[in-house]
Amino acid sequence: MTTPSFIQVDGLEKTFPGPAGQEPVTVFQNLDFEIEKGEFVCLIGHSGCGKSTILNILAGLDAASDGYVFMENKELTGPGLDRGVVFQGHALMPWLTVRENVAFAVKSRFKRHSKDEVNAQVEKYVDMVGLTPAIDKKPHQLSGGMRQRVGIARAFAIEPKMLLMDEPFGALDALTRGVIQDELLAICQATSQTVFMITHDVDEAILLADKILLMTTGPFAEVAEVAYNPLHKPRSRQEMHHDGHYYPFRNHLMDFLVNGPGTPYSDKATDGTPPALDKAPRTGPRRVVSA
Amino acid sequence: MSQSLSLRAGLVSILILLAFIGAWWGATLPTQVDLGDMDPEYAAMMGLDTTQESDIPTPGHIGSAIWTHLSDPFYVKGSNDMGIGIQLAHSLWRVLAGFALAAMVAVPLGFLIGMSPLMHKALDPYIQILKPISPLAWMPLALYIIQDASISSIFVIFICSIWPMMVNTAYGVSSVRDDWLAVAKTLEVGPIKKAFKVILPAAAPTILTGMRISMGIAWLVIVAAEMLVGGTGIGYFIWNEWNNLDLANVIFAILLIGVVGMILDMIFGLLGKVVSYKEV
Ligand SMILES: Nc1ncnc2c1ncn2[C@@H]1O[C@H](COP(=O)(O)OP(=O)(O)O)[C@@H](O)[C@H]1O
Ligand SMILES: [Mg+2]
Repeated sequence: MTTPSFIQVDGLEKTFPGPAGQEPVTVFQNLDFEIEKGEFVCLIGHSGCGKSTILNILAGLDAASDGYVFMENKELTGPGLDRGVVFQGHALMPWLTVRENVAFAVKSRFKRHSKDEVNAQVEKYVDMVGLTPAIDKKPHQLSGGMRQRVGIARAFAIEPKMLLMDEPFGALDALTRGVIQDELLAICQATSQTVFMITHDVDEAILLADKILLMTTGPFAEVAEVAYNPLHKPRSRQEMHHDGHYYPFRNHLMDFLVNGPGTPYSDKATDGTPPALDKAPRTGPRRVVSA
Repeated sequence: MSQSLSLRAGLVSILILLAFIGAWWGATLPTQVDLGDMDPEYAAMMGLDTTQESDIPTPGHIGSAIWTHLSDPFYVKGSNDMGIGIQLAHSLWRVLAGFALAAMVAVPLGFLIGMSPLMHKALDPYIQILKPISPLAWMPLALYIIQDASISSIFVIFICSIWPMMVNTAYGVSSVRDDWLAVAKTLEVGPIKKAFKVILPAAAPTILTGMRISMGIAWLVIVAAEMLVGGTGIGYFIWNEWNNLDLANVIFAILLIGVVGMILDMIFGLLGKVVSYKEV
């Protein structure tokens, strides 16, 4: 018997009622995947395949039509403070300052904290994303990248067991995105944070993810492959393309997105070296779910 | 640049005022009466004058009326003769009382309608029917039931202030952005805290706009209501001066109503600024 995974997704399916008079639409079905503690998992797929819906189900903001999500062996049925969400559109409250936005989350999570304790926690996480100089500014006084950083600080500040991020850098320019990716990488490595992140940027996934879930296009989308990142850790944006695994892996992901599912990466004869991971998943042999 | 624009705009405003007063003054100059071939001495003896004062008060008359009223606004010489400040205070009190009562009903009810599609659908027909009724149409019913002129006026203000506040609150509450509510959900924020810390601040600018509209309507209605029921208030003052055929006082009261209405509107404009936020 193997130790159960931290997150276990079983036969997940989402069907939306169709527009009046039309058939309901099954966006995705038969989703099975696991997330281990401390793992950084990226979900890649074309727009409209149901990625946000999956994340919303994990966040407890949406309900699955069929299937289950277990977190530490308990079924997830609603939202909770054990999961921190970084929203696609930052979702900061514009009438609150950076400090107040983060404090709103901290006070919700740590109800017994004194004012000073709340403030210390807020300042710690605002500092972590490098926004201490802007801590008393309102969101409209910040750049897009700074707002997204506040969103990240808010999600981290409740010290969640899992971080859920929906294309957090999608709206940012390439330069800012790179900087924040580096920051996120450093923070996640320092804290061993478990992360589930949606992205449509292949390089972002290669840089950040330990494991990449590849989704087919909807309707009836599925996770066709679970690809383990073969690049050695620690990775960095500047260095990772020197890693011999980079181009084959990147090509594999691009092929999947452009041509649809093919031979899983782990079955492709590369140089024979197994995918390098510093944290082996606890579920025994690396599993590949094929379509 | 913008400062010089306001400066120039102020200048134009003053010029318009001067031109208006000038035209008014010109139009109300005493007129020469054509006495035909009548002997001027005979005419004078008969009390006929060659010049005749205008029926419309001149700017000078208004100026002196303003001076008289503002120099002693708070005297009370019997129930029919009170200073303009006292009359104004009566009107303001009725407006504020009716408005405050309306806010206490409209804001919670608007919250309910905005949060619950069921209540929205259920209450909508009533609102649609009640909203277009002229508030003054309620007056006879109010007088009959309440049996008190002043309280009836307050009721009329209540009934006319309630709709814009309720409709705006409902709209503001129902259009709170989903991702703010999602944030509250993921943070397991309770319903009370969600209402006060998320929905209220998010909807506050819209609610304040509703209050501003309500206050504007209330101030329009109070004058008419007081004309109808008499007793005290700025509306009664106007009606009384009309009965005295003192047009200078009527015009003075019209100006005063305008100025007070503007100040009330400015107060709500400022409150609106306080709760407004820049969305990003
Ligand atoms: N509330 C809804 N009602 C009906 N269809 C929906 C709803 N939400 C999402 N969808 C549909 O589900 C599909 C997946 O949406 P989404 O999860 O946002 O995709 P992604 O994030 O991968 O771009 C889309 O085709 C979308 O039109
Ligand atoms: Mg999406």
